[in-house]
Amino acid sequence: MPGKKRKRHGWSWWYLLLLVQFVFALWVPFYNTAEPSLQGIPFFYWYQLMWVLLGAGLTAIVYFATE
Amino acid sequence: MADVNWVALTVFVVLFGFITWIGFAAAHWRKGNLDLLNEWGLGGRRFGTLITWFLLGGDLYTAYTFIAVPALAFGAGAIAFFAVPYTIIVYPFVFLVFPRLWKVSRKHGYVTSADFVRGRFGNPWLALAMSVTGIVATMPYIALQLVGLQVVIGALGIGGNGGWFSDVPLLIAFVILAAFTYSSGLRAPAAIAIIKDVLVYTMVVAAVIVIPIELGGFANIFAAVPVQKLLLAAPGPGTTGSYGVYVTLAVGSGMALFLYPHSITGVLSASSSHAVRRNAALMPAYSFILGLLALLGFMALAAGVSSMPQFAAGFAQFKGNFAVPALFMWAFPAWFVGIAFAAIGIGALVPAAIMSIAAANLFTRSIYKEFINPRCTDRQESQMAKWASLVVKFGALLFILFIPTQYAIYFQLLGGILMVQTFPAVIVGLYTRWFNHWALLCGWAAGTVVGGWLFVVMNFTATYPLAIGGWTFPGYIAFYTVILNFAVSAVLTPVFNALGAVQRRDQTAAADYVG
Repeated sequence: MPGKKRKRHGWSWWYLLLLVQFVFALWVPFYNTAEPSLQGIPFFYWYQLMWVLLGAGLTAIVYFATE
Repeated sequence: MADVNWVALTVFVVLFGFITWIGFAAAHWRKGNLDLLNEWGLGGRRFGTLITWFLLGGDLYTAYTFIAVPALAFGAGAIAFFAVPYTIIVYPFVFLVFPRLWKVSRKHGYVTSADFVRGRFGNPWLALAMSVTGIVATMPYIALQLVGLQVVIGALGIGGNGGWFSDVPLLIAFVILAAFTYSSGLRAPAAIAIIKDVLVYTMVVAAVIVIPIELGGFANIFAAVPVQKLLLAAPGPGTTGSYGVYVTLAVGSGMALFLYPHSITGVLSASSSHAVRRNAALMPAYSFILGLLALLGFMALAAGVSSMPQFAAGFAQFKGNFAVPALFMWAFPAWFVGIAFAAIGIGALVPAAIMSIAAANLFTRSIYKEFINPRCTDRQESQMAKWASLVVKFGALLFILFIPTQYAIYFQLLGGILMVQTFPAVIVGLYTRWFNHWALLCGWAAGTVVGGWLFVVMNFTATYPLAIGGWTFPGYIAFYTVILNFAVSAVLTPVFNALGAVQRRDQTAAADYVG
């Protein structure tokens, strides 16, 4: 696009933040328990649901940091 | 027709009528020349962040998802939740990798991932392998959407006695789907996806608030789940057991998900790479809903719907797939049941439309234009795609009408194993041409053949207990075979290079991926 400087997306150290979700989502032995439960929901379930939201948050941070 | 739920059916039909109108009206939305494959098959690459979000949501969170994930939780318990970590890891991957595919595809007019592979590596046979894989993996998926539709139609009480009469509503839905896809292309499911999402989010949020109240709280719900299914079984000695299965299912499925033609179509139809990146952060809203849907399976257990007489026929016919429809019929008034079932039904048509368009795009570019009619006009190209999408849908319909549902499920499980074999060529190809194109084709063949063989050997289950030394690593076949694929491609690359297999012309330039 003439006249418009586009930001190039090369490597950024911010991308390492995305690895965090990988580790916490895949470390199964850590979260395969029922306690501590939240409102009757076992840890196994609410932990993973929480990481859906935290992961989205991390991705959003990386997006704004690298846009 | 004695058991027809007339209120629910009326609401269902009204909503279906509405989206039918939208499907046809969509042809005029962000108007373009639908005689161009770009316009028909990718909506002109004009969908901004929000529409892309709806379209991808329609793509990835389908009627089959709404029926099958709770059904798996209902039957097998905790293992069904692998769908959650799988989506947690997939979106960072999309964030990093798919803007590159978007940019290079926009620059060179690629409509499919096979197109990209063709341009990058210059080998039409490798592209053909990618394309055939995509088509074969997609077709059972379309068939399964129709199954989802069948379940809710059956739950509404239509044609409970089987026979051809019970297939009439399905045929009507199919004709509507075929007609608006033909006329409007990708714009149709994109527009309808908006309605679908409004209905689905309403349905799920209402369900996770109302049903736990009716059942006396989450503690009660989880108490109804058999203890051995509540959590993953801890692995015994010498094996990674269910933990290995869970992790490899998540990783393997995550690798495959965005390689599916319909996911690629969703990504390539975006108006900018920024829309793709933003969606990587926004799509997890759907994952959250997916997690809640899995919990619906547990709610069905707690409500005891499988032992209620009014649902006996449904469970007999549809097994665990009937858990969610039964739960809704038990928990909600008829008018809301109509809305919920319309959400599921529409949630079948949207991905079926996108999947058939994606498969048609693949056929048209990698088979028709490459090998049959290289000098076709734009009009011939898009016309061929329109016909191809009809054939694909028709094939899926025949599959559902004449072949037991169980086979469709097997094929879909196999589909993930097949689809992941395109990872080396497509994803690694976005970064480097180090792999030799013939080596990639061999790697693909190895992964595909071994994956198919293992699947059959394991009696049509998707996991294989890999035994190394004294240890067993039960895991998803897709995960193991893609590693094999990489290994074969890597080993054969120097071999083919030494044999003089010339690196062919790369249509793309490094700047095309980051521009």
